[in-house]
Amino acid sequence: MAQHLVGLVRQAFPAAVLSSHAQHGDDTLVVAPSAWHDVHAFLKSDARTKMDMLVDLTAVDYPDREPRFEVVTHLLSLELGHRLRLKVAVGDSEGEVVEIATLTDLWASANWLERECFDMLGVKFVGHPDLRRILLYPEFVGHPLRKDYPANKIQPLIPFREVDNIEKVAPFGLDEGMSFGRQSHDSWGKSGESGPGEAN
Amino acid sequence: MEPLDLELEATEIELPVEPMLVNVGPSHPAMHGTVRCVMELSGESIEHVDVQVGFLHRGFEKMCERGTWSQVFPYVDRCNYVSPMLNNVGFAMACEKMLGIEVPVRCQYYRMILGELARMSDHLTCAGAMAMELGAFTPFLWMVKARDLIWDIMEEETGARLTHSFGRVGGMAKPPTDGFKEHVRAVVPQVLSILSECERLLLGNRIFLDRLEGVGLISAEDAISLGWTGPCLRAAGVPYDVRKAHPYLKYGEVEFDVPVGTNSDCLDRFLIRFDEMKQSARIIEQSVERLADQGPINVDDPRVILPEKHEVYSTIEATIQHFKIVMEGLKLPAGEVYSYTEGGNGELGFYLVSDGSGTPYRVRIRPPCFLVTAGLERIITGQMIADVVPCFGSLNMIGGECDR
Repeated sequence: MAQHLVGLVRQAFPAAVLSSHAQHGDDTLVVAPSAWHDVHAFLKSDARTKMDMLVDLTAVDYPDREPRFEVVTHLLSLELGHRLRLKVAVGDSEGEVVEIATLTDLWASANWLERECFDMLGVKFVGHPDLRRILLYPEFVGHPLRKDYPANKIQPLIPFREVDNIEKVAPFGLDEGMSFGRQSHDSWGKSGESGPGEAN
Repeated sequence: MEPLDLELEATEIELPVEPMLVNVGPSHPAMHGTVRCVMELSGESIEHVDVQVGFLHRGFEKMCERGTWSQVFPYVDRCNYVSPMLNNVGFAMACEKMLGIEVPVRCQYYRMILGELARMSDHLTCAGAMAMELGAFTPFLWMVKARDLIWDIMEEETGARLTHSFGRVGGMAKPPTDGFKEHVRAVVPQVLSILSECERLLLGNRIFLDRLEGVGLISAEDAISLGWTGPCLRAAGVPYDVRKAHPYLKYGEVEFDVPVGTNSDCLDRFLIRFDEMKQSARIIEQSVERLADQGPINVDDPRVILPEKHEVYSTIEATIQHFKIVMEGLKLPAGEVYSYTEGGNGELGFYLVSDGSGTPYRVRIRPPCFLVTAGLERIITGQMIADVVPCFGSLNMIGGECDR
């Protein structure tokens, strides 16, 4: 549907487009980190694209890959009705230096979306005017949507009451509910990768 | 205390000039939702404001990565908890887009009817709560009464009034009940009559109108740049509705209009929800006509749909199929998808990444509320402190969806 957009971007940035695909009809471009801001600025301002809305910005963590994170944006043109997904791979395998240019000067929605992405995945947006945590509290350590953040780790701001015989303190851990047949993406502890054959 | 000098001109009285910090929230009777506004006031007008969200963050996106795809449904229920059916359908459609399946026509109309009913209950809650926060308690009670009529249908269909978990990948949990059509046909006119009563009660009220008119203005360009969608964007004059712009289910085949505002103030955002409820009623009316009485509700696809119970108990094939789907979870092909529907507050998007196993690799919920709430700072800066309440109410921030 928006295949011509891919062509337009390839034409304007021949070196920056690393790959493209159209899985399930969603046209996707993978661009080089250095061109991240420029490609978005082009898509926003060009008369043939007119991407006036940054619909979504998020990131996905792939601990086995290098660069480790994929920052994903979804753009929409209200006037022309087409959509495009852009992706960029950033970050070292340790997740220490994960940096990408901010889009806050292009769309106001990037402000909170980038703050959320920073909060949840620790991607630093260079040039963001107000990059601080948004959903979690400032004292929080780590970034919960990273795959190496244990899902059952707790960081209460106020310690739990010390009461005897409390066996269950939320969250209840991997054994809660069905412990079998689950695959866990946590690298924490023993992963529940037992197949249904071993279930008992 | 010094005696008041009556000779003094009003302009000669020196008021303190240092700004005052006022903290509203996170739990405040005038805020329907847990949000905190740290405001810097000069007199009564707001100079700067810092809107802080996240008090209802429960880590849904992380929790989704631990179960199966079907186990995500209860989480999306609790995102926008005043219209859970729209979230259910939105997530189911994202999974179906990835699997490349389309649900039967009967199910599509069923989803539309339930979805539009949910949209009405969403808008009723928003409009009612907004009126209540401005002191009009009666309309709130009336609208909650109307919402209860809708929830009675939901209860009859799904067994739950609020968090239904009724959507399934490839269909719905149950086909419509026998009395569904009659029930809907009986309830919708009642809701509409309650709406017109509320309209007469509120829209002739000077105090109510004065608090809303010309308050919380935003330009269409700003609204688009902020990523606003749904009623708030349409109140700014942009006729973007996912149901019209990118029709899904059978929205392309029913007649309805997209109401658009002109002034982009709180009153427009309030009125547009009334108009949308009337349009929802139109959609429901047409969909009920076309909803077939017989026919399958789920796709005929053993990869995703659980077999019939009597087969599970009697044949080994169905037992194994049931076991595989429940224990391993249904398998979505590896890849990524972005699927979007019109939720109660705007474009509800799901960006799913699957690695081909039965467990989601990444479930990103694109919450319309989050971006709408991001615009709160812009619309209340420069306004009076009393305007915060109608502005916040008109945006319809749903804590569960905003914070997830």
